[in-house]
Amino acid sequence: MKVLVTVKEVAAVEDEFEIDGTAIDEAYLEYDLNEWDDYAIEEGVQISESEDDVEVVSVTIGPERSEETIRMALAKGADRAVRVWDDSLEDAEMLDVEAKTNLLAAVVEEEEPDLVLSGVQADDDGFGATGVSLADEVGFEWAAVVNDLELDVEGGVASVRRELEGGVEELTDVDLPAVLTIQTGINEPRYASLRGIRQAQRKEIKPMTLDDLGLSADVAESDLEIVDMYEPETESDATLFEGSPDETAGQLAEVLRDGGVGQ
Amino acid sequence: MSDVLAVAEHRRGELRDVSYELVTVGSEVADATGGDLHLAVISGDVDAHAEALNLEGVDAIHTVDHGEEFNHDVYAQVVEQVYDAVDPQVLLTPNSVNGLDYGPAVANALDLTYVSDAVGVEFDGSTLTATREMYSGKVETTTEVEAESVAVSIRSAEWPATETAGDASIEAFDATVDEDAVKSTVKGFEEVGGGDVDITEADVLVSVGRGIEEEENLDLVRDLADALDATLSSSRPIVDNGWLPKNRQVGQSGKVVTPDFYIAIGISGAVQHVAGMKGAENIVAINTDPNAPIYDIADYGIVDDLFEVVPALIEEFEG
Repeated sequence: MKVLVTVKEVAAVEDEFEIDGTAIDEAYLEYDLNEWDDYAIEEGVQISESEDDVEVVSVTIGPERSEETIRMALAKGADRAVRVWDDSLEDAEMLDVEAKTNLLAAVVEEEEPDLVLSGVQADDDGFGATGVSLADEVGFEWAAVVNDLELDVEGGVASVRRELEGGVEELTDVDLPAVLTIQTGINEPRYASLRGIRQAQRKEIKPMTLDDLGLSADVAESDLEIVDMYEPETESDATLFEGSPDETAGQLAEVLRDGGVGQ
Repeated sequence: MSDVLAVAEHRRGELRDVSYELVTVGSEVADATGGDLHLAVISGDVDAHAEALNLEGVDAIHTVDHGEEFNHDVYAQVVEQVYDAVDPQVLLTPNSVNGLDYGPAVANALDLTYVSDAVGVEFDGSTLTATREMYSGKVETTTEVEAESVAVSIRSAEWPATETAGDASIEAFDATVDEDAVKSTVKGFEEVGGGDVDITEADVLVSVGRGIEEEENLDLVRDLADALDATLSSSRPIVDNGWLPKNRQVGQSGKVVTPDFYIAIGISGAVQHVAGMKGAENIVAINTDPNAPIYDIADYGIVDDLFEVVPALIEEFEG
C-alpha cells in the first residue's frame, strides 16, 4: 500500500516583529516543518513499520528552500518525496484552499495512494481545510481531526477516533482510500537519527512543475485578498508586578494569600 | 441570490452554542445583503432543534430528518442539496471539529471560495470581508473575498448568541441521501480524561504550558502546586508530549474549568486554551512574552522568566 503524507513548511513569527504592508517582515520569520505535519509523518512511518509493503511518499508545495523541510520527513523514514513548485506560483500572494486542493489532487492522481495523511491545519494561515477539500476533489473518503488510527488494510477500512470539543471522541470507520487530517498528540514524533539524516541525502525529491502536473498557471489565482494585517489590540487590564523575581513573587504571594490560597 | 444559509450543529441530542451564534452572524450578513436567513437543521431531533432555533432574524428553517448523529457524508450531500434549493450568496458553517469535517468538502463540491475560522464578517453590499487570525493569533488580517458566492466557517464564542424568539417558517426539506455514497460509519462516542483527578472541581489550579520546555522541569510546577495546596493542570502541548495525562488538559478539546485562581505558567494563551479557562475568577500569568494573549485575560501578571519566579514563589509559601 502507498501512504502519501502532505507536509508544509511554515513560518513562525518571533515575539517582536514588524508588519510590512500585508505581510510580516521576512526578517522576523523562522521557517520550520508544520507541527501537525510532524505527527502525520510519524503516523505514516509507523504504518510502514507495522504493515508489509508500505511505501511512504511525502509531498510539499514550496520553493527550493522547503527542501530542508521535506528532508526532515525523509530523515524520519519517508521513502521518497515530491516537491511541487513553479515560477508562476512564486508571484501568488497566497495559495488558498482551492489552489492547494488542485495542486495536491494532481499529485494524488499521479501517485494513486491508498491513504493520504495531512495535518489538521498549518500553523501560519490556519485554514484547516485542505485535507477534507482534497478528499472531495479526488473522490476519497475522509475524516478530520483524527487522534487515533487503526488500519485494516485487507478490509479496506480505517478505524479512527476524531477529537471533538469538550473531551469527547467520536469513533468512526471510514472506507479506504481516504484522507485523514492528523491531530497533534496522536503519536510521539521521533527525532531524526544521524543515520536517517544521512540516508535522507540519498533519497529522491522529485520536483514537479505545473506542466508536469498538467495544470495551468491560473491554478494559483485566488478570490481571496489580504487587504490589511495588524497586531490585535491588546485589551490587557492585568496588574503587572514589577521588580526582581523575589519582589514580583512576593507581591503575587500577597494577592494569593489575600485570596485564601495556601492558607 | 442574496440569501444566507447557515448550518446548525448539535451533538448527542443537544444543540451546540455555536448554532445560536450562527443566527447572530447570519442575520447581520442577511441584513447587509438584503436577503433572507435560512437555517439547515440536519439529523437528530430536528423538530425540537428547529423549534429552539426559531429566533429573531431567521426567515426559514429547513429540517432534514436523517439519522441521529452527525455523519459527514450525509451532511455533505444534504447541505449541497439545500444550498442548491436556497441558492444563497453566503454559506455559514461552524468552525468546529465537525464543521471542518464537511465545510471544506461542500465548498469544493459547490465551487465556493472557502474562508475558515472567521472572527469577524462584514458585507458592504458587494464584497464580503472576513477578519482572520494568522500565525497562532499573533496578527489579524482583513481578507476580501472577490467571489460571487462564498462559504465561511465561523469561530465559536466570537459572536453573542441570539436568544429572542422569532417567527420563521419551518419546513421539512425533501433531501435524497445516496446511501452508497455514505462510506463512513459513526460507531459511538467516548468521554476521555477520567481518572485520578477532576480538575474542574479544583479551587486553585497551577497550570503549565510549553514554556516549561522539558519534562524534568515539571517538578518545579508540581512543587508549586504542593506549596499552594493546588491542583496541577496544563495546556495542550504538555499532554501531546505525554508528560501529563489527558484528564489534566484545559481547553477546547480538554476540560472547561472555573477555579478561584488559575495560575498560568509558561502558557501563551491560544484561543483554544482560553476557551477552557476564561471563566476563572482570578487569572494569574507568568510568561516572558509581554505580548502573549494570556495577558489580555489575566488579572495579574509577571512578565519574567518562570524558572526564576516560580522558585521564588515556592519560597514565599514554604520558606
